[in-house]
Amino acid sequence: MAKVLMKGNEAIGEAAVLAGCRYYFGYPITPQSELPAYLSKRLPQVDGVFVQAESEVAAINMVYGAGSAGARVMTSSSSPGISLKQEGISYIAGAEVPCLIVNVVRGGPGLGNIAPAQSDYWQATRGGGHGDYRTLVLAPNSVQEMADMTIEGFELADRFRNPVLLLSDGVLGQMMEPVNLPEPRDYDVNSKKWALGYPGKDKAERNLCSSIFLDVEELEEHNWHLYQKYQVMTDLFSEGQYKDFAVEEHLCDDAEIILVGYGIISRILKTVVEKCRKRGIKAGLLRPKVLWPFPTKAIQRLADKAANFLCVEMSCGQMVEDVKLAVNGKKPVYFFGRTGGTIPSDFEILNEVDKIVRPD
Amino acid sequence: MSSKVERIILAGFGGQGILFLGKVLAETGMRAGKNVSWIPSYGPEMRGGTANCTVILSENEIASPMVTVPDTVIAMNRPSVARFNLKIKAGGMLMYNSSLIERQEFRDDIRLVEIPASDIAEELGNGKVANLVMAGAYAKFSKLFTVEDLYKALPDFMPGSKKELLEINHTAVEKGFNYVEEKKYMFGRYVYSVFKGI
Repeated sequence: MAKVLMKGNEAIGEAAVLAGCRYYFGYPITPQSELPAYLSKRLPQVDGVFVQAESEVAAINMVYGAGSAGARVMTSSSSPGISLKQEGISYIAGAEVPCLIVNVVRGGPGLGNIAPAQSDYWQATRGGGHGDYRTLVLAPNSVQEMADMTIEGFELADRFRNPVLLLSDGVLGQMMEPVNLPEPRDYDVNSKKWALGYPGKDKAERNLCSSIFLDVEELEEHNWHLYQKYQVMTDLFSEGQYKDFAVEEHLCDDAEIILVGYGIISRILKTVVEKCRKRGIKAGLLRPKVLWPFPTKAIQRLADKAANFLCVEMSCGQMVEDVKLAVNGKKPVYFFGRTGGTIPSDFEILNEVDKIVRPD
Repeated sequence: MSSKVERIILAGFGGQGILFLGKVLAETGMRAGKNVSWIPSYGPEMRGGTANCTVILSENEIASPMVTVPDTVIAMNRPSVARFNLKIKAGGMLMYNSSLIERQEFRDDIRLVEIPASDIAEELGNGKVANLVMAGAYAKFSKLFTVEDLYKALPDFMPGSKKELLEINHTAVEKGFNYVEEKKYMFGRYVYSVFKGI
């Protein structure tokens, strides 16, 4: 199929349809409104359901319902709206219901502004809502990956029975790039044995999707079960099947300084690496494509080789904590960030690199 | 201007079709087999204020889609010149809508291209096609796509629009291209010296 020039937000919408998602519940907010706008037009064409809910809280609970019934379902919002959804996300994680949640991050805290930011990293990777839970967090850095990771996100959500969060930002949502749309997937809404109304079940036997465990021992057992699932996911993403999916390394083998960044920042860092190499500075780029489980092992391996790490974010420094945990004091980890919707330029990052490798 | 990559910032009033012009350049570049990216300004200032977008056309993979130092600025109104003039790379190009922007003390280390885009569009009977006059003019300078690529892509931008509208857009591109082809524009140092009265 020929390439199509699409906005990141629209690419997510089309990819969701191709992944077999037929249910969308959301509430508009800049800079992600093109996504619900696209799906409000597209879903009815494929006999899907689009609902603009009365609030973000309502939308995420509709997702909980549709996901429990076995459907591929999604919602999307931007930072303040994602905060509102946290209660529902916690319930969904507790009840082990698969779904896709898209956050096109904007400047915070509070109402902040509508410019791009990466200041929701902690919220995304630490759970965000209450209780001992994790969401799988994917971080695309191009419009093509917005589409690819949407499809992969639905697959991963089903496989692990866990909500998947697609963590994007205002630039990726708004920008247009050529996209190769993937082949549509067949999805059977009646394929999940645990789902409510699974047709293979005996009529006397019912499925239940719930996050309430009033009995203390029962809840502890459930929490350890979730913990074990998260361990399996961590292993699969750091050493197993998804090892290569989870991280991108660019010119890291001989690098003296490793630049670490995700999302749109990783694109800028790639330009910085090129400029460094032209100046004779051996720089490399490590880009986590999956933010939870974090690619700790990949960074550990590099900590034995490289001399310095520089983590760059559009926040006051959030992912840098995970980088430091991974490097574990072996090498210095520096941080450079811009916040409030400012995108750091390649020049200012290059300046930071200079300060580290040529400190005179 | 490097032959491998063209970084363009386009700016003007909301309503001048700036974002659309950027999209036209990006889509044409994509169809000519190049890598492209397009980023709009989407701030609250867009309503009734200024609009701008960033387009990169490149033979190689585009690493950073952000543009700090553009090779070209296409300015459709006066505030756009003030905002982006100093950011242009030395040796780069400022292409401006001289119907709305008077000659002034520009930098003399860039190529200046005056296109009376709004006047040309008005002559065609539709002031709104000034953006496509600029697209045609830019096609003359681009090393990554030709005006033929632009003609070919044009009908797809306006699916379902009337034949007359398509024709006027086509003519607008042609007029812009020919304006540059016939060298009616002025080069930087010359404009500078005319202004200074040298």
